[in-house]
Amino acid sequence: MAKLISNVSPHFSGKRTTQNIMLDVIIALMPAAVASVIIFGLRALVVEVVCVATCVASEFLFEKLCKRDCTVFDLSAVVTGLLLAFNLPVSIPIWQAVIGSIAAIIVVKQLFGGIGQNFANPAITARIIMLVAFAGSMSNWSKPVDWSRSVYGADAVSGATPLAAAAKGQTEFMPDYLTLFLGHHGGCLGETCALAIILGGLYLLVRGIISWHTPVAFIATVALMSLICGKDVLYQLLSGGLLLGAFFMATDYATTPSTKWGKIVFGIGCGLVTILIRFWGNLPEGVSYSILLMNILTPYISKLTQQKPLTGGVKV
Amino acid sequence: MKLHGIKAPHKKNTADCEPVRIPIPKTVTIPMSMHIGKPAKPIVKKGDTVKVGQLIGEPDGFVSSTIHSSVSGKVTKVDDMISSMGMKIQCITIESDGQQTLSEEVKAPKVTDFESLKTAVKASGVVGLGGAGFPTFVKLSVKDLEKVEAVVINAAECEPYITSDTRTMMDNGDYVFKGIDALRKYMKVKRFIIGIENNKKDAIAKMQELASKTKDVEVHVLPSIYPQGGEKVLVFNTMGRVIPKGALPLDVGAVVINVTTLAFIGHYLEDGIPLVEKCITVDGSAIKEPKNVIAPIGTSIADLIEAAGGYKTEPKKILYGGPMMGIAVPSNAEPVLKNTNAIIAMDEKEAMPKKTTACIGCGACLNHCPFRLDPRAIAKAYQLDRGEDLEKLCVDLCMECGCCSFVCPANRPLVQTNKLAKIKLRAYQTKKKAEAEKEGK
Repeated sequence: MAKLISNVSPHFSGKRTTQNIMLDVIIALMPAAVASVIIFGLRALVVEVVCVATCVASEFLFEKLCKRDCTVFDLSAVVTGLLLAFNLPVSIPIWQAVIGSIAAIIVVKQLFGGIGQNFANPAITARIIMLVAFAGSMSNWSKPVDWSRSVYGADAVSGATPLAAAAKGQTEFMPDYLTLFLGHHGGCLGETCALAIILGGLYLLVRGIISWHTPVAFIATVALMSLICGKDVLYQLLSGGLLLGAFFMATDYATTPSTKWGKIVFGIGCGLVTILIRFWGNLPEGVSYSILLMNILTPYISKLTQQKPLTGGVKV
Repeated sequence: MKLHGIKAPHKKNTADCEPVRIPIPKTVTIPMSMHIGKPAKPIVKKGDTVKVGQLIGEPDGFVSSTIHSSVSGKVTKVDDMISSMGMKIQCITIESDGQQTLSEEVKAPKVTDFESLKTAVKASGVVGLGGAGFPTFVKLSVKDLEKVEAVVINAAECEPYITSDTRTMMDNGDYVFKGIDALRKYMKVKRFIIGIENNKKDAIAKMQELASKTKDVEVHVLPSIYPQGGEKVLVFNTMGRVIPKGALPLDVGAVVINVTTLAFIGHYLEDGIPLVEKCITVDGSAIKEPKNVIAPIGTSIADLIEAAGGYKTEPKKILYGGPMMGIAVPSNAEPVLKNTNAIIAMDEKEAMPKKTTACIGCGACLNHCPFRLDPRAIAKAYQLDRGEDLEKLCVDLCMECGCCSFVCPANRPLVQTNKLAKIKLRAYQTKKKAEAEKEGK
């Protein structure tokens, strides 16, 4: 008889793998991707493809260069690329999108050791790098495309984002709730359509990829604080990157706490920082900064919210 | 509070297969250690004639066990062999004469009180048949019987594939209750709880029917969440008590006993035949006809599987026990032990370990650990050689159930790391103790 394999138990493993988790996230991002093309035109698709392709290529090349195991097939680079694209305006110059993607994968992810080792969310950090580096093009908000006139979109017509309009008190630029919910207004590619993001978020919840704790804590904190500050709660929830951040970025595995209470603390922290920036900061939007800040605090939150082993007290 | 666990596939393909007795093998190899504790001392030598049920190994020390011949025939060898755990163990090889003549030593024990019950259980050679193999009489050696509030009968059988306990309940239900009668009478136990996972409908019905004739036996139907049959998990889910770290079930008023062990005791008190054969589930993707068989202890896995219908495809991995906690044996020459409840043979597809990739920090391991340990942190502390952290993380609490490895999307060998971390922790604690003693002087 041939040699038998002899390894340590268990000899069964579950169906979930890193690859199929990432595939589920990609599936969950699809409604928002479709919505972005409908709202902003075909250029949205171009930006998304460029970001994904650059992320995958830089991961592949960097790992080849460093003689590390190739991890492009775990699809995490695809997720990073999509999320980064969702955080960019449709009019972003392609070369800037390429630089952002390279920064996300190489600087934020690979330099810290690759998948699971990065301390901050690559897509969010890259977006912030781009906000600093390309301040002009990163705040150039195109209006939704008029499909009867052009299919490509990204025309020069600039429009304010709903949050910027609200911050400046320009009520004439503030869309109604339905428009906000469907996302037919200026903003980043993937964050305008609340409907699509909620659909994707629900998919992740049903599949058990994410737990409800972070998104609920995050969104509830923003809602509660808006109410206390006398702002329009629904408007605050539906505009900006809140929903995208709460469902897709604040739930990133490597950069957020793993325990139930850790997730709740993380979500509340994100909500508070978002509100501070939105209402008292110089910027109209603060979701990215709030998540980055909380990413940095994650090790401390994890330590404080560590689950207690079931020791049953002291030995009797 | 609820303990975490996993929904492992059940694969109870053989639940309806009544066990069949296999033909007596030509030779059996009986190791002197099929239990937790000190190996037994062989009392026969090469050339001796032995009969079924004859004592061939004497217990050495308190935590040890008696061992009996499972066939009648001639002893051909008494020497050391390497066990599946990699340790040298004395084994007695017996060539069968095919007669299966019962030894004159075999007679029903006279049990009149708790002492004689313990003596009988010790003489029967029974050990924990759920898989652990802890000598049962040691477990029953309770100094203060007042402390025993309930006997929890472990019939959860949470491991995939295995159905031998299910068959015990279906075919030998009466003996389970005879065992209960003995414990009630001589141990003065007032409450019995039978814990069964809800995927064994027929066995539950049978137990409920028998329990309805008594006043003190409760049948607890438990959800099929692995590891429901873990001792601490079972006591928590039936009695609502947490067994503290380092303590025994008795410290919270429970004695946990496997259902097949109890049925064996019931049987033994009637006819006095010691533990010489075992009902075993033979299953797995490489097995042609999954079934339950009754085989003499010491039958080689090769003989057992051949008698059970052989392989469908070439096996790549063979297990003692189920796929979650079973031991992968190095060859099919290994014998069936007292505590073997299943032999699982896996084909290449089922056997091949998946490739390990980087930890993505998903937290599935710590969110599925019944004892709320953090395997990720344990792995880190282990790699960094931090005994102090391992102590804080309570790695010694780990029962190696395998939930963490099962759910890990990166297929990290977390159980293996935990096992190694336990060794490291013990070394650290020994060193610390020695240092403290040195300073004390």
